[in-house]
Amino acid sequence: MAKTLFDKVWAAHTVRELPNGMTQLLIGTHLIHEVTSPQAFGMLRDLGLKVLYPNRTFATVDHIVPTDEREEPFSDSLADAMIKELRKNCADNGIKFFDLSSGQQGIVHIVGPEQGITQPGTTIACGDSHTSTHGAFGAIAFGIGTSQVRDVLATQTIALHKPKVRRINVDGKLSPGVYAKDVILHIIRMLGVNGGLGYAYEYGGTTFDAFTQEERMTVCNMSIEGGARVGYVNPDQTTFDYLRGRPYAPSGGEFDAAVARWKAFASDADCVYGDTVNFKASDVAPTVTWGINPGQAVFIDEKIPAPADLPEKDRSTAEEAYAHMKLRPGAPIKGTRIDVAFLGSCTNGRISDLQEVARHIKGKKVKSGVKAIVVPGSQGVAAVAESMGLAEIFREAGFEWRGAGCSMCLAMNPDKLIGDQLCASSSNRNFKGRQGSPTGRTVLMSPLMVAAAALTGEISDARETFGIR
Amino acid sequence: MSLAKISQLAGTGVHVPGDDIDTDRIIPARFMKCVTFDGLGEFAFYDERFDAEGKPKEHPMNDPQFAGASILLSGRNFGCGSSREHAPQALYRHGFRAIIAESFAEIFFGNSITLGIPCLVMDGRDIASLAALVAEAPHSEININVADNQVSIADVTFPAAIPGHAREALVNGRWDAIADLLEGLNAVRSTASALPYMQA
Repeated sequence: MAKTLFDKVWAAHTVRELPNGMTQLLIGTHLIHEVTSPQAFGMLRDLGLKVLYPNRTFATVDHIVPTDEREEPFSDSLADAMIKELRKNCADNGIKFFDLSSGQQGIVHIVGPEQGITQPGTTIACGDSHTSTHGAFGAIAFGIGTSQVRDVLATQTIALHKPKVRRINVDGKLSPGVYAKDVILHIIRMLGVNGGLGYAYEYGGTTFDAFTQEERMTVCNMSIEGGARVGYVNPDQTTFDYLRGRPYAPSGGEFDAAVARWKAFASDADCVYGDTVNFKASDVAPTVTWGINPGQAVFIDEKIPAPADLPEKDRSTAEEAYAHMKLRPGAPIKGTRIDVAFLGSCTNGRISDLQEVARHIKGKKVKSGVKAIVVPGSQGVAAVAESMGLAEIFREAGFEWRGAGCSMCLAMNPDKLIGDQLCASSSNRNFKGRQGSPTGRTVLMSPLMVAAAALTGEISDARETFGIR
Repeated sequence: MSLAKISQLAGTGVHVPGDDIDTDRIIPARFMKCVTFDGLGEFAFYDERFDAEGKPKEHPMNDPQFAGASILLSGRNFGCGSSREHAPQALYRHGFRAIIAESFAEIFFGNSITLGIPCLVMDGRDIASLAALVAEAPHSEININVADNQVSIADVTFPAAIPGHAREALVNGRWDAIADLLEGLNAVRSTASALPYMQA
């Protein structure tokens, strides 16, 4: 019988059915970071258990690391305790740690792919909801809680209920100035922030076929914002080309053997999905959020919806959003003044994101009064960007060029909004208080739209700012 | 490891209305700078409950009428966003032992069940009726029957749903999966040995 990639990977990793009907699923690759793992190691110690497959867990530090003063001890003693705890847990248990001094540290969802740890046909888990990013390689990747981090450490498995698979097709060519970020914001806007509940999203169609590996990661990254715990793209030559030569990818003749196995995991042509949704690339325009969840979004030339424009069920959250965002229903979103521009995160902190922005801002200047920061997703991304001269372009334009980490996406480090500052952000969540100030405001958008906002001091159409036709 | 069988529980309720209440709101990220979950309870819904100076705002959880409530009522897609287990840990440590909502985000739901916190799905109109009864008589006990999919207060009973696998896990005292998972270790090794990338 024809199967989806999800079915095939699930079957290959099923250990057994548990008494309550859930599946004990093998997690081949486990990624950990400093925020959601220390309690799991504590539970392991309390239970007297050891790490079952230490060589299948990989660690890095990302959420709490400062992006400017990176010397240890960190000035924040809590953050300092967290990095030390992770370092100790890794050393005690024989776990590979991409530490600050390694030159390979970064956001866990950028480090995994960059190192070639993320591979097709595998299962991946991490105590972080953006683990869905790794699905871009045809892996089934789950965000998990800390008790499940403990479960993976102790048993290399978790108990899961199998979701259905929804196929999301996007066909055609995106217009100039429209990016993968706009595609996923549009999908979430159309299907809703809880539309993916109970589903894994399989993304496909000619738009995805043409996407680079990094563009696919941007889309898969935000699956969880649409309620889908898992999102993936079938692996193809783009995937294999990306992986070839990476440190943890198979090498030599083993690589070709692996490619043959990986190809076999792709969904069969005649497989059956739980349901299918179709989008046209030509319908997608640069998209920005106006509210307090990623589904509250409009195209840049649209107005902020009035309650009457919305289905009744969405109106109370909209009222909450107008109040928090201090935005007026019915007003254009374009022209809204910004205070901060943040370029980075596991959604859009990769080299291609920085390249695309740098080529447009070269020789231009950030608007006076705007704080603009660029946070490369990893030390690897930073090194490439520096060697290509991108860092210099950003600095000359008036952006602060920072060290790698999650930074102002969730502001667990010193990078925070102050008061009700409004931030044009390439990150993934515009929840109330997300960027470190309870009254801070976040507007999500593509990296180039962040750059346009930084240069003009207001939410702008990057196609106009940069003369893109 | 022997776990409590959670088939019935009772307590007073508090209604925190709203849809898409995310885990950043349940526990703001700055309170996750910790290496244990101890002490998270006081920070549950912190920025909703307190202003920048730490002064209490108007919020159902600050209302003395609902002090000691152990059952939380809310709206659609409760617990969306981040996978942080700190969210259900904070609610549990604040004193909540069950959550009733129109729907739950998937990761939050799983994390809560693993801690033995039943998450029951109820029709929005029923939640509104239940919330009205709680508002009228905050000291009325809500009875939750996990095994029978029912929630009652005084002489009113509402249907509530909890997926079969979670209900089984709760009523049989197997809500923390670790014991079951450990029993399967031989099968784990055998599954792993068939996967080339696990040999790396």
